[in-house]
Amino acid sequence: MRRILVANRGEIAVRIIRAAHAAGLETVAVYSDADAQGRWVQLADTAVHIGKSAAAKSYLNSAALVEAAVSTGADAVHPGYGFLSERPGAAKEFADAGLTFIGPAVSTIEMMGDKAAARDAAKRAGVPVVPGSGPVGDVDEALAAAEDVGYPVLVKAAAGGGGRGIRPVASREELTEVLPAAQAEARSAFSDDTVYLERAIDGARHIEVQVLADHAGNVVHTFERDCSVQRRRQKLIEEAPAPGLAAGTRASINEAAVRLARQVGYVGAGTVEFLLTPSGEFFFIEMNTRIQVEHPISEAITGVDLVSEQLRIAAGEPVSFSQDEVQIRGAAVELRINAEDPDNRFQPSPGDLSRLDLPGGPGVRVDTGFVAGDRISPFYDSMIAKLICSGPDRDTALARGRQALSELRVDGVPTTVSMHRRLLDEPDFRAGAVHTKWLEELLPDST
Amino acid sequence: MTTIKAQMPGVFYRRPAPEKPAYVDDGDKISEGQTIALIEVMKTFNEVKAGESGTVAEFLVEDGDEVDVGQDIVRLGEV
Repeated sequence: MRRILVANRGEIAVRIIRAAHAAGLETVAVYSDADAQGRWVQLADTAVHIGKSAAAKSYLNSAALVEAAVSTGADAVHPGYGFLSERPGAAKEFADAGLTFIGPAVSTIEMMGDKAAARDAAKRAGVPVVPGSGPVGDVDEALAAAEDVGYPVLVKAAAGGGGRGIRPVASREELTEVLPAAQAEARSAFSDDTVYLERAIDGARHIEVQVLADHAGNVVHTFERDCSVQRRRQKLIEEAPAPGLAAGTRASINEAAVRLARQVGYVGAGTVEFLLTPSGEFFFIEMNTRIQVEHPISEAITGVDLVSEQLRIAAGEPVSFSQDEVQIRGAAVELRINAEDPDNRFQPSPGDLSRLDLPGGPGVRVDTGFVAGDRISPFYDSMIAKLICSGPDRDTALARGRQALSELRVDGVPTTVSMHRRLLDEPDFRAGAVHTKWLEELLPDST
Repeated sequence: MTTIKAQMPGVFYRRPAPEKPAYVDDGDKISEGQTIALIEVMKTFNEVKAGESGTVAEFLVEDGDEVDVGQDIVRLGEV
């Protein structure tokens, strides 16, 4: 591996280029019409224009990316997150062109992208999944299945997704009434009336575990992250380690993630996501087969450079440390600064970034793909920067977060800065007593 | 010439989902407030609504095109 094409944009492209250059590798950036002046374009050794601004015509155009890699003599492709990172078809196209895809095998991406297959893999690995039933055909079957699953249950359309086709049910009586309606709704919405039951879990936290696995079969974790502060399934604040987690639960959840990665023959960096209930039970949700936005908080508490490890693993080298060499040192929080208007239901708001003053100091890291004068275009996500604040303990990390927010100045677009200021001072957040619906309940007008 | 203009910059779509039919076609009568297209802004989809009633004379942008604020999207004819 000598030259890497970075098949992404913005802050993660910058992050990958930095890691590659530090490892002595050359980089090729790609850019769309809107991104010709992008910071990552300037930082890379070479840059290739790959198409129009709309992502479908540039960053999602796998043929254009293969062509860019081949024409520049790149021998590997780093997909970053989003875009083509979890598309098995694209990973296969890269491999077929003789390029090393910096991620797991095509078959692993495929399996973990299939809800049912991923759930089966978790079961085989002895990792708990959310209690659920197979398809239920009629009311009698549903009532019997619900006894095993345990109320309250969700009636879910098998063909649904993204939160659609889900009905909560609290009792037998309600289930008798809801089931036929849910089937009819599924038939008309998804042309498939198959429904199944799943336990409804209230007040759960989103806990995810970072894993690294190499070709030699070494699988390690760099502990968990708590990403419970979400709005419409978008994470806004992430913390590592998860505050207030009992040591036994921490060990179990981290070990479960490693077991799953081992079970599926995982290679590379990945994240295993769980729901953690108020009673301390945890259930597998899904595995993300790529680097994640919030990876820097794991780096901050362990000293591990996750992107460098990705590059090592792709080059056929082992993970650079063993499990007992990695420990939690302190705490870290990531605040996502997005171009969204908190006063207008967080409407994404493109515009010209007339000023961008970034914070600094001990324990403050800023990952961004922008500089002052850039345009935040409407074609991609709204993230301007990630503030990653860490310290010897959680209170220090949060205090540095507050200071960083007060130093940060963004002019030209509305941002989530004011919301973060408020959230860091919320008693529930300070107490680590939040769950995945907490933010939507706190800001009911925001959704 | 009466037109419907883009209220925000982004990517323009004529259908609610790739496999669905277009919201409206040339020659269709439309009424005030009716959804005629989508504009994707930072991965969120915003409905474009007709500001007045009329007939769709012509779409001035193609499905999947980039549009800017104030750009004419649809030319309207007589009701």
